[in-house]
This record gives sequence, structure tokens and C-alpha cells, in this order.
Amino acid sequence: MITQRAGREDRRDMLKRIGRQIVVFGVFVVLMGFAYSGYKALGQSIDDKQHDWWVVGSVLPRTDDLNMPPILDILTEFGALQGGTDKVLGRLLFEEALFTLREAALGFAIGSVVGMAIAVVLARWKRLERGLLPYVIASQTVPLIAIAPIIVIWGRKNFGFMPWEWKDWMSVSIIATFLTFFPVAVNGLRGLQSPKPENLELMESYAASWSETLWRLRLPASVPYLFAALKIAATASIVGAIVGEISAGVGGGLGRRIFLEAQRYTTGPERLYASVIGSAILGILVFLTITGAERLVLGRQGREAIT
Amino acid sequence: MKKNSLWRILAILLVFGLVATACGDDDDDVADAPEELIAVSLQLQWVPQSQFAGYYAAVELGFYEDVGLDVTIIEGGLDIVPATVLDSGGADFAISWVPRGLVPREEGLNITNIAQVFQRSGTLQVSFADSGIDSVDDLAGKNVGNWGFGNEFELLAGLASAGLDANSDVTLVQQDFNMSALINGDIDASQAMIYNEYAMVLETINPDTGELFQPEDFSIIDWNDVGTAMLQDAIWADADRLEDDADYRAAAVAFVEASLRGWAHCRDNPQECTDIVVAVGTPFGGPAHQAWMMNEINALIWPSPGGVGLMDQGLYDQTIEIATSQGILAAAPDDGAFRTDIAEEAIANLEAQGIDVKGSGFAKGVVEVAEGGE
Repeated sequence: MITQRAGREDRRDMLKRIGRQIVVFGVFVVLMGFAYSGYKALGQSIDDKQHDWWVVGSVLPRTDDLNMPPILDILTEFGALQGGTDKVLGRLLFEEALFTLREAALGFAIGSVVGMAIAVVLARWKRLERGLLPYVIASQTVPLIAIAPIIVIWGRKNFGFMPWEWKDWMSVSIIATFLTFFPVAVNGLRGLQSPKPENLELMESYAASWSETLWRLRLPASVPYLFAALKIAATASIVGAIVGEISAGVGGGLGRRIFLEAQRYTTGPERLYASVIGSAILGILVFLTITGAERLVLGRQGREAIT
Repeated sequence: MKKNSLWRILAILLVFGLVATACGDDDDDVADAPEELIAVSLQLQWVPQSQFAGYYAAVELGFYEDVGLDVTIIEGGLDIVPATVLDSGGADFAISWVPRGLVPREEGLNITNIAQVFQRSGTLQVSFADSGIDSVDDLAGKNVGNWGFGNEFELLAGLASAGLDANSDVTLVQQDFNMSALINGDIDASQAMIYNEYAMVLETINPDTGELFQPEDFSIIDWNDVGTAMLQDAIWADADRLEDDADYRAAAVAFVEASLRGWAHCRDNPQECTDIVVAVGTPFGGPAHQAWMMNEINALIWPSPGGVGLMDQGLYDQTIEIATSQGILAAAPDDGAFRTDIAEEAIANLEAQGIDVKGSGFAKGVVEVAEGGE
């Protein structure tokens, strides 16, 4: 009876909290919109192109419609039919987002598994940690756009043996993997090492093998750390997919859309703005998905344990 | 006990996976079996647009099938160097500008130009008419935009031909692949392809008049006129495979033949080819923009006095002269850099079919510009 009521209050609390967050986010977006329009109105009231402003004029963004399309134009562009298609931009962006999401999801899945495997190996053999961790870190300094074409060509040529047909978007997933495994490996390792000495000693006193300790103590203890990493990895996988699409020339996705809209920016700046907003929304959605999963798995206590 | 069940789930998943992929394979076999076409792939230098209309038309209208090929077109990207893709086996043929094919070739890739499709360069330097830039000399002291990545060679050679030092007499500015910098006044002259960025600026509203920008608003330097034009789109193939693999060579002849047939078709039916490109789902500009591009691309190809796809030795020499004098190439490439035997065979086959391979009577059409190219 008591626990039931507590549960109900918990849920009400949660709904309240989510509601509050949505309101705060909405207010923030509106404020940003006002700041954008306000700056624009200010700039235009003084000098449209701002060439004459001392120093400031060459530093701050210009306020004409080419450089700062009106917010209303950007929003209506989502509903505007695009030439050569029978679809509105919002619909096209949704399709591109699905394309990117597929790449990112595969990259995220592989990256998480690889990252966790690295974490387990490093946790098992301390000496490896000292030897390998620098390489894991160094891997993140490799510029993605430099390796992207290599991965695409390599994928096309060398993955023919796979039982399924290798597509270019899978190469983009590998690029996304490159960004996702790192936070998982590093945080996973920290999580696996997080059990207190007394807990480890207790397992030892049971004569538990290393793998038993792993399954029953280390892995469960690492879950909160993992979720923190997965949140980073999920957004990073979107970034990786977008960067991969831009450089690799796959036939779709938000990255390619952004790149192309940047190219025809002159004749439609609002399309580029809309595409960037679309990507931001996708990033926020995957972040929220992982956060939701975290709450489902850990509940409130789990989250509090780590924070 | 708990661990056992976990393994069991894994095993079941594995079996499912294997079964699913096995089924997938069967489907593929059934789909591929009846046709006896040779599968080849073509790496483009850029995204689908009318610049590649001839190839898309050849796919769409079955010209490749007629010569026994099943062609897959692979689009390009920012980072994709077609020559590298070709040499590493990522594609069977590639479209590349001549200098952008010769530079990696000098670095050791054994590729060769088998058909010089574009006979003229499409690169311009565009400025506002009131800027006083009417010739290369007038660029002195100006901010001159260029895209870099090897797109600046003609500009550098042009400056040199006018006696200007690219480092001290002008300020070279790396610009975006659009015309905003020119319109913003950040640069005085902007690099533009006649079939793309130049159209883009004409599709833009002039904030001063409220109407579209007009051609009279601009002053154009055309590198073809200056004499520093370099050859652009050509079909490239793997030179080693051409020597060792008779089937590949036969496929190359067939590929060039059907591609050139596609270009001849687009010369005579520009609107149909524009529609094909738009239907492929060009992400770039609207139908009006692609129609403009189709018209300008045709003018870069036609007329082809020696026959379409044949190398113009004079322009080739000019390209090499510029490339070596600008330090783009260390030395003039050897004879294997291009070969005409494949294009000649292809042209002979086309002529036998009664197809006009020269387009002597070609005259550029007039395409209405629409705001935003929609």
C-alpha cells in the first residue's frame, strides 16, 4: 500500500519534471529566436551590410536575408515543396534522417560492443591497460575526413565476402563506430573498476573466478557508467555518420543534404538552416532515447548512485 | 543456469542470422541469373546532376544494356578522388578532370584517359560589372576567390599569363562552393562553373532591384578565351587491366560507345535528359537549374570537331603546359596518360549506327532562369 503510493508520487514527480524540462527548453528556443531576430533587426536598422561598422562590422555576422534568413522563412521552408520532387523539405529531411539514423544505429551498436570488449580486456589484464590505452586514445586523434574515403573504398573492395551485399552506408557506419567505441571503452573500464575493494574481497572470499566476478559484480557496477558513455556515443554516432556522408559520397543522409544545401546556399539559405535544425533534432532524439532507456533500466536510485 | 540460457539465446540468434542471410543470397542469385550482362561501375566526380546526364541517360534508355553492360553509377563526394577509387578497384571506370587524374597518375596510379568527353573548360571568374574587372590584368590588387583542391590551376596560370604574381599582386581567397562571398562583397571575383555557380547567381534576387540578377550585372573572365583552359570531364580506366584483361578492354569500348551515345542523345533531347537527371533524384537545384546545366554542358561537349570523346591534342598540350609550368605536374606525363584507340573504336561503332558524333551544327539553346532554379 505504502509502496504503491510512493510509486504513484514518483511517477507524478517524473511527469512534473519532464513537463518542466519541456517548458524550459521551449522558452530557451523562443529566447534564441528573439535574440536572432533582435540582432538582425538592430543590424538592419543601422546598416544592412554593416560594411561601415568599425571592426565589429567585419566580426559579427551580417544581418541581410542572405546571411540571416528570417526565422519565418526557415520554418515555412519545412513545408515548402522542393523542386524536382513532390515532397516538402520536412518530409525529405525526415527521410534523410532515417538514412542517417540507420548508419548511426549500426555504428553505435558495433561501437558499443567493441568498446565494451576493449574495456573488459583492459580490466582483465592490467598490464594491457597501460600498453593499449594510449593507442585507444590516439585513435581519436585520427581525422575522420582523412580516413573516410579509405574506409569507403576498402569496404567496397574487400567486404565482398560478406554473406550480404556491402553497401557504402555500412562504411559510413564504420566511421561512426570510430567515434562511438571510445567513450564506451573508457567509461566502461572505469565502471568495471568501480566496485569497492570490500566487495571485490567478498567475491574473493567466495573463491569466485574472474569471470564470475565480472558477471556478478563488475558488469552490474559498470552499468551507470555505461549509460553515461552511451549518451555521448549516441550523439557521437550521429556526428560520425554525418561527417562520413559528407566526405564519402553515399546516396543520402543529413550530412549530404547539409553539404549540398551549403553549396546552393546563395539561392536558398533557409534550406541550409532547416537542414541543420533537422540534424540537431535527430541528435536530441537519440540522446533522449538513451536517457529514457537509462531511466527504465536503472530507475532513480541507480542514477543517483553515480551522480 | 542463467548463463546457459544466455548462450542458448545467442545460439538461436546466430541460427536465425545464418538462415536469414542464406535466404538473402538465394534471392540475389535468382534476380541476377537471367540477364547475362557484364556488371561494371562508374565513379562520378560529384553528385548526380546534368554534368553527368549522358551516363544517366545511357542507363535509363538502355544504351548500356544494348552493348551488354549493367552499369552502376556511384556518386562522388567531397573527399572522393575518382582516380584513387578507380586504381584501388572501387570502380571499373571513373569520371575525372584531366589534371585531377594526371596528378595521382604521376604519383604512381596506373590509370589512363580513354575518352575526352568535354572539349572545353567550364570554369569562369565572375565579378560584378561595376567592379571594373574586365580582364585578367584587372584582377591586380583584388580579392580573388577560388575553391582550392586543384580547382585553382586555370586561375593561377591565367594570372601568370598576365604577368601577375599570385602571391603578391592579388589576394587569393579560399571560397565556399557557392556565390555568397561575391554577393556579400567579401571577394571581388568569384570562381564559378558556367553550368552551376554562374547559374546560381542568376537565380538569386538582387537585393537592390528586387529582381533576379541579370547577366549584364556581371563581368566574366572565361579561361577558354584567356588561353589557360584545362581539360575537364574525361572517362578514365585502369591501364593495367586494359593491357592484361581482354574482357575489360572490350567492356571499356562498349562503355565508351554507350556513354557517348548517351551524350549524343542529350545533345538532341536536352529536356528529356534533364528530366532523367531530375528523376534520378538530383539533390542539387531544381529542374530549371538542371535544364540550364544541361544546356551549358552540351556546349562544353559540342561541337566535337574530331568526334566526341577524342582527345584534342592542342588542348591536351595546353593542359600539360599549364600543369608543368604551374608545378602541378613535375614533368609532362608519358604517352600512356591517354589513349584514343578505345574512343576511336567506339566512334566507329556509333557512326555505323548512323549517330552524329560531331554535332557540327550544334548551337547552344536558351534556357529560362527561374528563381532558386526550381
